[in-house]
Formats: sequence, C-alpha cells, structure tokens
Amino acid sequence: MSTDLNVHKCPNGHLCYPKHSVCPKCGVLMGNKTVSLSELNGTVVTWTKSTVPPPGVRSPNILAIVEYYIEGQSITLLGGIENESVNIGDVVKATYVSSLRDAEYGQRDEESQTWSGHRFKVVN
Amino acid sequence: MDRVAIIGVSMTQFGVREGSWIRDLLSEAAMDCIETTGIVPKNIDHVYVSNMASGEFEGQTGIMNALVHDIGAIPAYTARIDQTSASGGAGIYAAWQSIASGQSDMTLLVGGEKMTHTSTSMATEIISTLTHPVEYKHGVTLPSFAGLIAQLYLHKYNASRESLAKVAVKNHKNGVDNPHAHFRKEVDIEAVLNSPIVADPLRLYDFCPITDGSAALMFCSESRAKKITQDYVVITGIGGATDTHVVHERREPTTLDAVVNSSNKAYEMANKTPNDIDVAELHDMFTILEILQSEDLGFFNKGEGWKAVEQGVTDIDGELPINTSGGLKSKGHPLGASGVAQVHELYHQLMGTAGKRQVDAKTGLACNIGGFGNCAITTILESI
Repeated sequence: MSTDLNVHKCPNGHLCYPKHSVCPKCGVLMGNKTVSLSELNGTVVTWTKSTVPPPGVRSPNILAIVEYYIEGQSITLLGGIENESVNIGDVVKATYVSSLRDAEYGQRDEESQTWSGHRFKVVN
Repeated sequence: MDRVAIIGVSMTQFGVREGSWIRDLLSEAAMDCIETTGIVPKNIDHVYVSNMASGEFEGQTGIMNALVHDIGAIPAYTARIDQTSASGGAGIYAAWQSIASGQSDMTLLVGGEKMTHTSTSMATEIISTLTHPVEYKHGVTLPSFAGLIAQLYLHKYNASRESLAKVAVKNHKNGVDNPHAHFRKEVDIEAVLNSPIVADPLRLYDFCPITDGSAALMFCSESRAKKITQDYVVITGIGGATDTHVVHERREPTTLDAVVNSSNKAYEMANKTPNDIDVAELHDMFTILEILQSEDLGFFNKGEGWKAVEQGVTDIDGELPINTSGGLKSKGHPLGASGVAQVHELYHQLMGTAGKRQVDAKTGLACNIGGFGNCAITTILESI
C-alpha cells in the first residue's frame, strides 16, 4: 500500500481530494489518475487547536487546512499538525500516519472507512 | 397563488429537561400548538417532525409515527425531516410545500431534540458523524471547523476577537427576556474572553449549549387562515441549498455558499432585498457563524459583519436586530427544534407579541444551517 499523499486528477487535468465520482470542476468522470504531494511543500491557510476532541482522538488536536500549488492549480486538504504549535503561512510537509484516531471509541463503524492518512509537519 | 400562512406557534421550555424524552418534548409542543390554534388533531392532514438524531441520542426511531399516535392525528401523512442542524428549516420547507402544492389543507410541523442526558463529548461525537470520512478520521468536530474558519476570518479581515465575544454578549442579553431560553443570564466580554479555549481562537462562551426542547408551527393556506383567525403571518420566500460535504474543498472558506444560494432564492421569491429585512434570526451555533451569515445574507459586505456587531447595528435597538430571541447561543440548540424556534420568534415579532423583546418589524428572515454550512434554509416571513 502506498503511503504517499495522493490527490486525484480528472481527464481534463483538474485536481481534487477526496476522490469524487465526477470532477467537481468540469463534471467529467474522474478515472483513476493520481498525483503525489508527498515531496511538495504546502502552506497553512488556517489552523485550530481543539482541546475537547471526541473519544479516541489525541488531545489537544491541532488541525489545519493546508494549500498546495501543483500543475498551475491550488488544492486544499485538512489534516492534523504534528508540531506543538503552528501559524498561518507556515510551510509544511505531509507525513503518513497509520491510525489517525482510535476508531473503537467513535460512533462510526470501524469497518466503514479507512483510518490511515497524513498529518503535516512544519518545515519552515 | 394562495400564500402559505402560519396560524399558530408554540415552544417548550428549552434547557435541561430531565425526565422528558423526545416523545414527551414533541408532544408537549404539538399539543400546545393544537390548543393555541383550536385545530382538531383529526383534521390535520400532514405532520412533519424535524429531528436529527433521536435514534443515536436516545434509541428511539420512528418518532413521526410516535407523535401522530400520541397527539391523536391518525391517519395523517407523516415524515421525519433530517437535514442535521437545519432539520427545522427543512421541516418548514416541507410544510410549506405541502400547503403550496395543495396536498394538505392543514399541516403541523414539530421540531425537537433530546440531548442533555448524554455527555458533552458524546453529543459532540454524534454530531461529528455528519462529517465526510476524510475529515472525520482526523477527529474533526463542528466546533473545530468553527475554530478553523474563525482563525482565518480574524486574520483575513483584521477583525477583532472582541467582535466575536460581542455576539455572545448581545445574544445573552436578548435571551434574558425570553422565558423559553436555556440561559437567561447576561455575560460580559471579559467572561467570554476568559472562558476556556475549546477550538482556538474560540472559547467556551463562543458556543451554544447542548439543550433539550421542542417547537411547533401550524400551516395552512392564507384563504383558509382568514376563515380561522386574524392572527397569522405569511411565508413569502423560502429557499434551500447545499455546499460541499468536505469543508476543506470550499471555494472560499469564510463564505457560506449554501447561505448565499438559499437566500438568493428566498429573496427572489419574496421580491425582497436584504435592505427590506427588519429583523433576523440567524444560526449562531458559534459566534463566528452569526457574523458569516450576516454577510452571506447580504446584510453587510464580506469582511465587515464584525464591524456591524461592534457598532451595535445588530443590537435589539439597532438598525437590524439579529437574534432577538437570544439565538441558539442563549436559547439553546436542540438540533431539530432550532429552525422551528427561529420562526416561532419571528411570528411573535411580526404579530407584535414579543413582549420585552419587541422590535418594529413587518418582514423577518430566518436562516437555519446544517453542518458547518453544508446545507441552509432561508425563510422570509411577512405580517399581513
């Protein structure tokens, strides 16, 4: 299994994450092309530190929306921050995490979705 | 076209209703509305129940059948309407459609939620399950979305943190005069700014409480209403819309496109502009949401809603009073009830029966939001 941070690319070259059935920008069927962001730097658009996270989630839970520029377009993703603090405008890189929360303690059925993914590390 | 009228309203006490479960709360509001209007339950054609999660909170599903049974309205058509926090607004839309289409001559809408028997952590988690899997797995909650967007709003528009606190101060002040409100206590800016951080930069007093409660509205055509009562208001505009399920995919994170689109439909239908609105009930689940909506409904330019709060424009004696009821912030937010309770307040404002909260108003607007702007319903009401 790839641990890259992959986003999806429609036949007309538009990027999206997560994958949609049809491209949110042009409406064509998405297909299976992906582009890796793992080697790129992203920029923190905004962040929050959640001090009362739900059951099975790390506390505090610093979350951010991160923007990448690739192939002439912007794409944004949400993810946790691995550092103890973060600021708008910080430069980050994605890092793979095998289990983002302990699904056993959440309301959603453990088998209904994946729990691995990426957080971000500040690399200013 | 015969307009759709609301001929009676009711709501239970909002708050911690120990010993009252979802069926009790819905029946209490429904029977109060039935008694207020004098409508015989057997003569109600449609009964809608706005509710997000009675199965998850209490283990009681099928609450629409339970309510029709409990109030003696069999064989009325019934359905539970779920649009998460916007279930109340969606119920108004369904009730409006039932009358406007001619399918029902008399429709009862009851919204309600029973929440306070669960822990805050579990209630937050139940609500969080509305999020997309790629965001849910990061432990996202609705409060953390609010923190993310508030952080960006303050940064992008150089807005003051105090302006968010002033939303809470204003709405708590209004709620003091609302006998149905969960909290009838004023708070000052220092109390808000010194309360514990929940989702930086938002603090405990930036959030509405977890609340039990129910509210109800009775709908019929205006021509029918005229034969029953002189005390009614009319719905002249209504619109609903959605935005991306994945919040990080939003076109512009500080703009709630579902609010923009739903209100454009409502304004067009009512032949009104934002300048025509005299009073508004907005979905202040978080202080930042009231400011975002006030901009996305066209009351203020983008990035300037916070200034209007600071200048007192949205105070109860201001140019455009917002949340005279106390809003979700002080009244409480029993999910499915909130959109219905917004219109309960507007009915009284337009009828001139709002007591100490009364403002001068002929046209009112309610905006009810689901998720973090995932969906929205805007309703415009007018006095006759």
